Amino acid sequence: MKQKFDIIESTCVPLPLENVDTDQIIPARFLKATTRDERFFGENLFRDWRYDPDGTPVPGFVLNDPRYGGEILVAGRNFGSGSSREHAAWAIAGYGFKVVISSFFADIHKNNELNNFVLPVVVTPEFLDELFASIDADPATKVRVDVPNQTVTNLATGRSESFELNAYKKYCLMNALDDIDYLLLQKDRIEAYEKR
Amino acid sequence: MNTLFDKIWDAHVVQHVEGGPDQLYIDRLYCHEVTSPQAFDGLRARGIRCLRPERIVCMPDHNTPTEGQDRPIEDPVSKKQVDALAANAAEFGLTHFGMMHPDNGIIHVVGPEKGLSLPGMTIVCGDSHTSTHGAVGAVAFGIGTSEVEMVLASQCILQQKPKSMRIRVEGTLGKGVTAKDMALFLMSRLTTSGATGYFVEYAGSAVRALSMEGRLTLCNLSIEMGGRGGFVAPDETTFAYLKGRDCAPKGEEWDRAVEAWRQLRSDDDAVFDREVVFDAAEIAPMITYGTNPGMGIPITGYLPTLDDIPSEAHASFCKSLKYMGFRPGYMLLGKPVDYVFLGACTNGRIEDFRAFASIVAGRRKAPGVVAWLVPGSWKVYRQIEAEGLDKVLEAAGFEIRQPGCSACLAMNPDRIPAGKYCVSTSNRNFEGRQGPGSRTLLASPLTAAAAAVTGCITDPRALL
Repeated sequence: MKQKFDIIESTCVPLPLENVDTDQIIPARFLKATTRDERFFGENLFRDWRYDPDGTPVPGFVLNDPRYGGEILVAGRNFGSGSSREHAAWAIAGYGFKVVISSFFADIHKNNELNNFVLPVVVTPEFLDELFASIDADPATKVRVDVPNQTVTNLATGRSESFELNAYKKYCLMNALDDIDYLLLQKDRIEAYEKR
Repeated sequence: MNTLFDKIWDAHVVQHVEGGPDQLYIDRLYCHEVTSPQAFDGLRARGIRCLRPERIVCMPDHNTPTEGQDRPIEDPVSKKQVDALAANAAEFGLTHFGMMHPDNGIIHVVGPEKGLSLPGMTIVCGDSHTSTHGAVGAVAFGIGTSEVEMVLASQCILQQKPKSMRIRVEGTLGKGVTAKDMALFLMSRLTTSGATGYFVEYAGSAVRALSMEGRLTLCNLSIEMGGRGGFVAPDETTFAYLKGRDCAPKGEEWDRAVEAWRQLRSDDDAVFDREVVFDAAEIAPMITYGTNPGMGIPITGYLPTLDDIPSEAHASFCKSLKYMGFRPGYMLLGKPVDYVFLGACTNGRIEDFRAFASIVAGRRKAPGVVAWLVPGSWKVYRQIEAEGLDKVLEAAGFEIRQPGCSACLAMNPDRIPAGKYCVSTSNRNFEGRQGPGSRTLLASPLTAAAAAVTGCITDPRALL
């Protein structure tokens, strides 16, 4: 959903696993929807880790743990690998996350998050380890993501890092504009290219 | 001193967006039924049409059942998605190969075999295995649905140019070692994120020696190393494969095209951001034991132990082995299997069926094994019949199903039940990929055939 990004300060949901693939984020059987109903996808985020086959919540899975909540998902390295399904980004957005923090993202999924106004924030492995430790010690740990200044801060320890975001995408996020809005204005350039 | 990737990419840059990505022109967009409906909705919401409908080709493949395609799809949700693609293609004036159309099949099998994917092109699809088309010497990669909408609307996407990586495999592959084993070997060495951020050029004598089918398999799996895409520079093998294909250039146009395609190679002094070299002789038939494609071992090898795994990855490793029902340090050879799946955009081509048939010829399917043999397209299906492979397979107790993605991701009725083991020629062994609770062991068509006739994990070299 298009929304303007500025400063986000929130508690976090920790998922300290590596190589979380998009088949786990949203299993293929939920890809049959023909509409972009983020609420539907959000309800099925991490479906098979979150619920037993009969629909009972799996105790111990982080989304079922009342100690954790917030707008920031913190995940282990290589988050979003595998399938290009944008439904994974819709599920993350639909659940209510605005930011995903990891030390490494898979390429296609990272673009999908950005195209859905979910901000992937790449941090160093040290920052990530410390953040997992902070959240483990105190689930009320907050993180501040400052989009204008491109900084991310673990408010429990004060550790802060800058993160990468290109100027174009930053402008889009801060002004709730998407790539299609931009491309539709480029028709002359496209036609000129085709005549080359 | 440019790489081939630079040459193709740079030739397609409409403009460099200030402080941002490149606006890249796309020669070919493929749409399947799963990742396109919301993109077409987007066009309707904006009240716009496709800018270049003639560059777009649609076909359903993920939901199609592999039996009874002449009847309406039973699952109403699958049917709705397949029908939506047909309706969208009609509304926006796009080419559409529907179910039972003689050109229908898995997009990544049909594109090259139809000559729709050609050297030097930029090719995208809302599907990570779009990298397959790189085998013809194209820059091909998977995109999300928002990006599908961008291409439908403007024939362009905004994309940060990836870095370039060259993977060379030198030497000769051993007997019974296939392109699939080469790819599984590379993943096991480079991990599933080893090529993330890169576009891969495959080179070296072992890659050059691969048939087009082999190259399609290798490029298909680029994404499983994290690569944005992967390709092989076009050569005589490519031209021989493409010549005469339905949509390939004809006559003088063909001669001119080949002349231009011969220029598509990395300069001798091209600099890659990363380069790795492997020895083909080191590669054995491979099989995966875990829940990502990088968790592979030689078929005669042992599972790693915790000591082999970095401490930060222990949690993922243990979760994975628990899911698979395996113990660290054990061997897979001789382990009983329940299902065998031959097919998918990875290994659903004619050469894969020839390989499978070469092992099962004169043998019988093991009792208790359920085998699904699913051609990647109707063209492959027809060729199986033309070569008489169907007779060989039937005599051994196998039947050929109708084309589609099938049990690779179980969006159609072909699902592996919970807890069951499937030796699969597909591309992913993620938890639940082939159905909730399914346990996937990725391998080549030869290894799949060996499991199908013995009922357990078997080194195919013993049956050649």
